[in-house]
Amino acid sequence: MDWIEKQRNILDFALSSLLRRWGKNLALVIVYTVIVFVLASIFFLTHSIKKEASIVLQGSPEIIVQRVIAGRHDLIPEAYIDEVKKIPGVLAVKGRLWGYYFEPVTGANYTMVVTDASQDKVGFVSIGQGVARVAGVHKEDTIPFKSSDGTYISLEVADIFPHESELIASDLIEISEEDFRQFFAIPKGAFTDLTLRVRNKSELNVVADKIRRYLPDTRPILRDEILRTYEAIFDWRGGLLVVIFTGAILAFAIFAWDKASSLSFEEKKEIGILKAVGWETSEVITMKSWEGIIISLSSFLLGIIFAYIHVFFGSFFLFTPVLKGWSTLYPHFKLIPYVDPYQVSALFFLTVAPYTAATIIPSWRAATIEPDSVMRL
Amino acid sequence: MFNRKSDTFLWYVAANVLVVSLLFTHALFERKKALPHLLNGIKMVHDYQLTDLSLFTDARYTRHPSMADLNTAFQDHPLSLEHFPSGSLIIPPPHLIKNGLD
Repeated sequence: MDWIEKQRNILDFALSSLLRRWGKNLALVIVYTVIVFVLASIFFLTHSIKKEASIVLQGSPEIIVQRVIAGRHDLIPEAYIDEVKKIPGVLAVKGRLWGYYFEPVTGANYTMVVTDASQDKVGFVSIGQGVARVAGVHKEDTIPFKSSDGTYISLEVADIFPHESELIASDLIEISEEDFRQFFAIPKGAFTDLTLRVRNKSELNVVADKIRRYLPDTRPILRDEILRTYEAIFDWRGGLLVVIFTGAILAFAIFAWDKASSLSFEEKKEIGILKAVGWETSEVITMKSWEGIIISLSSFLLGIIFAYIHVFFGSFFLFTPVLKGWSTLYPHFKLIPYVDPYQVSALFFLTVAPYTAATIIPSWRAATIEPDSVMRL
Repeated sequence: MFNRKSDTFLWYVAANVLVVSLLFTHALFERKKALPHLLNGIKMVHDYQLTDLSLFTDARYTRHPSMADLNTAFQDHPLSLEHFPSGSLIIPPPHLIKNGLD
């Protein structure tokens, strides 16, 4: 109990000491909170997108086979389906029809797909929320599309995908095979790529190797590779995120080091007086550690709270311009809050621990000097 | 209750910790609530045979990064390094880096 009471007395003193220089310390807490807020927002955002991608993309095709001609993705002939079917272990092969449509009026890119359900819906399309928003259309309206021969084809909006599907289907237009082929002048018997189902999941790599060998102008893409792509894209150790992260940490390190390592004249004098009135060196260091903990813990907790509100309640509005890039069509989606405890604890140890440690060293140096020499400064 | 500065500070920290725990509990409930949407999402991805998220629609290699090949980033002209801002946000898929050439 004595120990607790002693710590509370030191904490009281540390708080009074911080309040005496409240302007400077408030500025410090604000900057510190902003850094934690930015880093935590990035962590929350990327982890949630990554997690959602890893769940929903489990439904993607097991193997996709693309044909590459002169280094470019090209249409794949129907004959390849029969070739792939001959490979032992292959359960089903389907030709997939999809492509991009650039809408010159709005400057948006749409992704057009043909599905089993849309085969017989000639003259109709189902569209994503993003398409409906950009084109300003509703259910039962018609959208004109410019086909490859320059003529316009008007298709009726049969359905609009629900809001919850925005992350995967915001720019999607589901179209019938007949309309798609007429639209892009794709001959019958040609597909964008092939999708495969394999009997034994552990044989996916073997099947992919065989496809590469039997059809050397193709490249197979496995579902695992699709999932790993999103794992890598939103990994905080990769891409631009690592640059933002390193920049923020370095800026904070310089800021904290400068603040913590050089004690002001008043602080040195304060330590001298404390020593002169009988404080032990260990007590002075404890008091300075409490000062570091007060500032860093308050900033960390505030930063985490604001970041959570920003990402999961405020739809990460501060990052939207960055994420939008040049896209005219951007999905409006609400993230499912996936919080990685590893990332939160990493952030804690990267922000609270170094600052608290950085305050101790100069205080220890000042506390070991004779009190009268410090007070005479 | 708030006679001493240390009391005020400790209560302030406790309140913050409580808010953080409430937010993380909110995350837990939201995840449970989102389960049907996620299942619908998996079904849609399966039925429509989708491969990517529609996050970045500005270029084809950012709209479908998993379908991209090594030369798509250089599609405009030989010295065009990166044209679209979102292309700088994301790194190439690991299977392209691993294979060297596809």
